[in-house]
Amino acid sequence: MTLPRATQPLVGFAGLLRRHGFAISPDQTIDFIAGVGLLGPRGIHDVRSAALALFSIPPERREAFDALFRAHFMGAALTPPATGDDGDEVAAHEGAGETTVEFDEGEDEAGEMATAAERLSRRDLALADDEAIGRFARLAKARLPRRRSYRRRASRKGDQPDIRRAIRAAARRDGELTTLPRRRRKTRQRRILLLIDVSASMRAESDAALRFAHQLVQSAERAEVFTLGTRLTRITSSLAPAGRAEALARAAALIADLDGGTRIGEALQAFLAVPRYAGFARGAAVVVISDGLERGDPAAMIDAVRRLSRASWTLDWLSPLAGAADFAPKTEALAAILPDLDRLAPGGGVNAIVDHMLELGAYR
Amino acid sequence: MTVRPVIGGIGSPGALQDALAGAQYLADDGLATAAYLSLALGKPLLLEGAPGVGKTEAAKALGAVLSRRVVRLQCYEGIDAAAALYEWNFPRQMLAIRQARDAHVNLYGDDFLLARPLLEVLRAPDDTLLLIDEIDRSDHEFEAFLLEFLSDFQISIPELGTIRAARPPVVALTSNRTRDLHEALRRRCVYHWIDYPDPALEAAIVMARASGVAEATAAAVVASVGLLRAEPLAKPPGVAETIEWAEAATLLNAQGAPWPNAFRRAIGVALKDQDDLVYIGPRLDALLPGEAA
Repeated sequence: MTLPRATQPLVGFAGLLRRHGFAISPDQTIDFIAGVGLLGPRGIHDVRSAALALFSIPPERREAFDALFRAHFMGAALTPPATGDDGDEVAAHEGAGETTVEFDEGEDEAGEMATAAERLSRRDLALADDEAIGRFARLAKARLPRRRSYRRRASRKGDQPDIRRAIRAAARRDGELTTLPRRRRKTRQRRILLLIDVSASMRAESDAALRFAHQLVQSAERAEVFTLGTRLTRITSSLAPAGRAEALARAAALIADLDGGTRIGEALQAFLAVPRYAGFARGAAVVVISDGLERGDPAAMIDAVRRLSRASWTLDWLSPLAGAADFAPKTEALAAILPDLDRLAPGGGVNAIVDHMLELGAYR
Repeated sequence: MTVRPVIGGIGSPGALQDALAGAQYLADDGLATAAYLSLALGKPLLLEGAPGVGKTEAAKALGAVLSRRVVRLQCYEGIDAAAALYEWNFPRQMLAIRQARDAHVNLYGDDFLLARPLLEVLRAPDDTLLLIDEIDRSDHEFEAFLLEFLSDFQISIPELGTIRAARPPVVALTSNRTRDLHEALRRRCVYHWIDYPDPALEAAIVMARASGVAEATAAAVVASVGLLRAEPLAKPPGVAETIEWAEAATLLNAQGAPWPNAFRRAIGVALKDQDDLVYIGPRLDALLPGEAA
């Protein structure tokens, strides 16, 4: 089937939007063409209204949309969006399936990786840290936050009579009910999303955070761990081995930006830009371990945190600096995101992190 | 997909805008267009916006214009099938079992079915408008279920079989955007972001909705609310607050309070957050509507 000539610019516009990161389904394109037809169209304004409504353009992307609209239908020059491929972009990285450590990228880098791995896996762990991690392992199942499921299940100690089963039982016994079946809501553990800042300013703290992350992946039913630095790295699957030394060595090999610069905002933006990753935050207890010392653009970080806060169940920020009694968020970025955080808490050392994580389920 | 260009005598966004105005709802062009397209294409209408901009009111007005009964499903965290779909009338089933004694009785007939909003709408798709209110409050499992419901418009009841709507019913969803909705749900809907109305439109809304508010008062209140919304408040006043503020101040004025003072005393209907009041406090006089009427 060939399309009528008149609809070609409309189909082309859908393609243009798609190329610029708008998720447009073929269904929406068909509806858009039908919608434009329904409206007349009496003018270019009608085409824009139909596109806004039928492509479901959220308000914060309207500016980008308008630029594309003008370029496509009114022939305006298209200025590349700010997040274009300028080579300076924060990219997302993930090891493929079973991560294998590859040392084929030159002598220098291999040496760096090895030292990083060494540093994480062989450093003498303080006894107190092991104790805290053990405590988390014991209590995680009972204390991590749970959400109520949509469904109910039969349960002897349920809070509600299971009348459906009662009726069936009664129907079998001529209307006599001998015991009252009960049911209750099923619960599931909420996904925990842990975002760890591994920049140089967190050098002293990121080891503890990563050791904790390993235990989290071991103990939680649903958990995801990412590191933030000059880039974003998903290390969940590399933390899967039960042995801590092995897991941390794998993770270290994956994190190319350990002790590098800090561009939290852009790393978070990169996280939100990958739909699969952004989905991890939905309804999750999100915990960011970072000092919030942002070297990049604070606006990017503020925007990303706001979006993260909307997608998540709770958003907590653990800062090693927050342990001090006279702590007040000093950097512009950290002060600006305060209203979007559920809690800003101390996060220096394994003990503080474990304390916080075990309390997650008890509040809100 | 069936396209119906004329629904209930409404054949264009302009006609819908006029009809909504007749139902005391003043819609801007964008909303009228989105609502018209959702009706014509038979797709759900998704309205998002800050609290108090009139999302629910828009859906109700749409119901009034189409002479449809609005069936409202208020979402909340933990909403389940029994609240949204249907429930069996268990006491009645129990009675039926007792009364039947040895006779045969069908416990799972229509007589024993309690329809909840979604089923109610499926059974009368031509006379009802389904309003799914504050969808952002429900959890994502319910959202996923709605996705299925909104594409097929059918419900399976194990004991009774599948109930399907003869025609897709008219559906409106509202969201305060406390969390992002799933992309797939947005894609299935016709979307409109309701912004705060521009001052002229908001003044017209105040005049239409509030009783006995002078035109000058309405304009002054709208200007002042515009200033308040520009402040970084936890809870900026919505359109409902504008109307109430104008009404409350007019009432106090009629009882003898002079103008700026009447507004100050009625501030509680516009700003409903202690932190906001403290924040605005020192500069309140500058932000209050000036001499009005």
